[in-house]
Amino acid sequence: MPTLTPDELNAVRLSLKVAFWAMTASLPAGIAVALLLARGHFWGKSLLNGLVHLPLVMPPVVTGYLLLLSFGRYGPIGAFLADSFGIVFSFRWTGAALAGAVMGFPLMVRAIRLSMEAVDRRLEAAAATLGANPLWVFLTITLPLSLPGIIAGMILSFAKAMGEFGATITFVSNIPGETQTLPTAIYSYTQVPGGDPNALRLTAISIAISFLALLASESVSERLARRSAT
Amino acid sequence: MSLSVAIDHKFGGFDLAVKFTAHGRLTAIFGASGSGKTSIVNAIAGLIEPEHGRIAVDGQVLFDSEAGTSLPPHRRGIGYVFQDSRLFPHLSVRQNLGFGRWFTPRAQRHAELGPIAELLGLGQLLNRRPQQLSGGEKQRVALGRALLASPRLLLMDEPMASLDDARKAEILPYIERLRDGLNLPIVYVSHSIAEVARLATDIVVIAAGKVAAAGEAGDILQRLELLPPDQRREAGSLIEMTVVSHDPQFDMTRLASAAGEAYLPGKAGNPGDGIRVRIRAHDVIVATAEPRGLSALNIFRGVIAAIHQAGPTSLSIRIDCHGAEILAAVTRKSGATLGLAEGLAVHVIVKALSVEAAGAANR
Repeated sequence: MPTLTPDELNAVRLSLKVAFWAMTASLPAGIAVALLLARGHFWGKSLLNGLVHLPLVMPPVVTGYLLLLSFGRYGPIGAFLADSFGIVFSFRWTGAALAGAVMGFPLMVRAIRLSMEAVDRRLEAAAATLGANPLWVFLTITLPLSLPGIIAGMILSFAKAMGEFGATITFVSNIPGETQTLPTAIYSYTQVPGGDPNALRLTAISIAISFLALLASESVSERLARRSAT
Repeated sequence: MSLSVAIDHKFGGFDLAVKFTAHGRLTAIFGASGSGKTSIVNAIAGLIEPEHGRIAVDGQVLFDSEAGTSLPPHRRGIGYVFQDSRLFPHLSVRQNLGFGRWFTPRAQRHAELGPIAELLGLGQLLNRRPQQLSGGEKQRVALGRALLASPRLLLMDEPMASLDDARKAEILPYIERLRDGLNLPIVYVSHSIAEVARLATDIVVIAAGKVAAAGEAGDILQRLELLPPDQRREAGSLIEMTVVSHDPQFDMTRLASAAGEAYLPGKAGNPGDGIRVRIRAHDVIVATAEPRGLSALNIFRGVIAAIHQAGPTSLSIRIDCHGAEILAAVTRKSGATLGLAEGLAVHVIVKALSVEAAGAANR
């Protein structure tokens, strides 16, 4: 395989960075929301559920546009974050990570929620009789037993962020070296004459990364399943 | 130890309203399936919250609906061995055992892994995972895990219900050792008379969500009418005896008791040991004249203390044999033929083979 051009290399690096941070930053919120949905009984639960799933059913461009409106430099949240903390999302790689995180959030929450619902509540009761308070029960029983779902959710979120196109390009555009990820780079190459070889190379890399992520998740969940098979 | 329970709880059209106190070393909560036994121990552990009532252990109130008190399960200090052992599948046996201990404040830890592992025979299992254990081993680990949290009271909910007879026989001695060796009161839920007769010092009989009777094991087991029909054959008396000697020629153990000398097949205990013997009412024959030429070895003299009708065809007769009470079940027909009546002197014949050691004496 011929070596990558600097722009291509940048796109690969940036995509990995964006996907990693999208996954990592949304994980705590993903676990918290999954726990709320799996165990909580509160008013507005179905509303929260709908809200979390919205990015899955809305056109990605709509999600991107809403992000632009709220997190853009002059949007209400964006302006607040920029003025108070100096955090800027629009037209930065951080914005691409935010877009990826939002788009992958429903997939992450869904996977974690399903595995939390499958945790045997009787084991949690047993842990409580052994002196563990609710927080410790969650940390020592619920969380480890839903680990397969958490890992699956992380992989799904990572893969979604790697492949995110519509919301990303709407929110942070397609700036080489700053916000140009693998999908937007591929898109750019298909728009110029003679760009096919570059597009194909990036496509191959994209397939390879997705495949590796899938293999990694399979092997981890298999090991977990073997460890706690009943 | 004193445990006082008074709860009133309705669920799914079922009304549980029980009130009792327990002081024994092993109090059995006995009753048919669905009588509400498990709900009682769940309420004691704090896993369910009754609508009304009060639960206290040694004067400390765990639950009081009037005062609005309800300690969460993790602050009650009550061990619980479940019917399904509920070992944590993601932890090793050693980690399972250490779980409760880790949450126990240092000053309250009085159970140590070494002695508990030895008491329950867990030494070989420590590095295994729960999935690699047999049903009996799982229950022993669950027992050890509960003990290592240093509880002040141990609840056991039919811990042997899912085990076959061989596994039960494997666990029973461990529970007896717990009862006799540790200073830890036990509340034991069961629907099996055989288990209760062997283990209990006290019995609370539950029927349809109410307390049908409560008292010392020896008294309750004589009351045929308290037992479910399919288990009446198991009713009988518990008699404390002392081992006198073992006769190797016939392989019999000679016992002494208030009722007189008795023989037990095989070797049981050492001379001087107290032993608790169960005599099933159905294995007792009553004779008005001194029997001769019988193969039965255990013949006691006594006086009929009370006669109750126990069913359409049968009588339940309590016979006082010099202070030891033996329960006999005979048909109404034989009762009439022999003219059995209160105050009549009789001979009580028990086939030696049916005298069964029912755990070491514990009073």
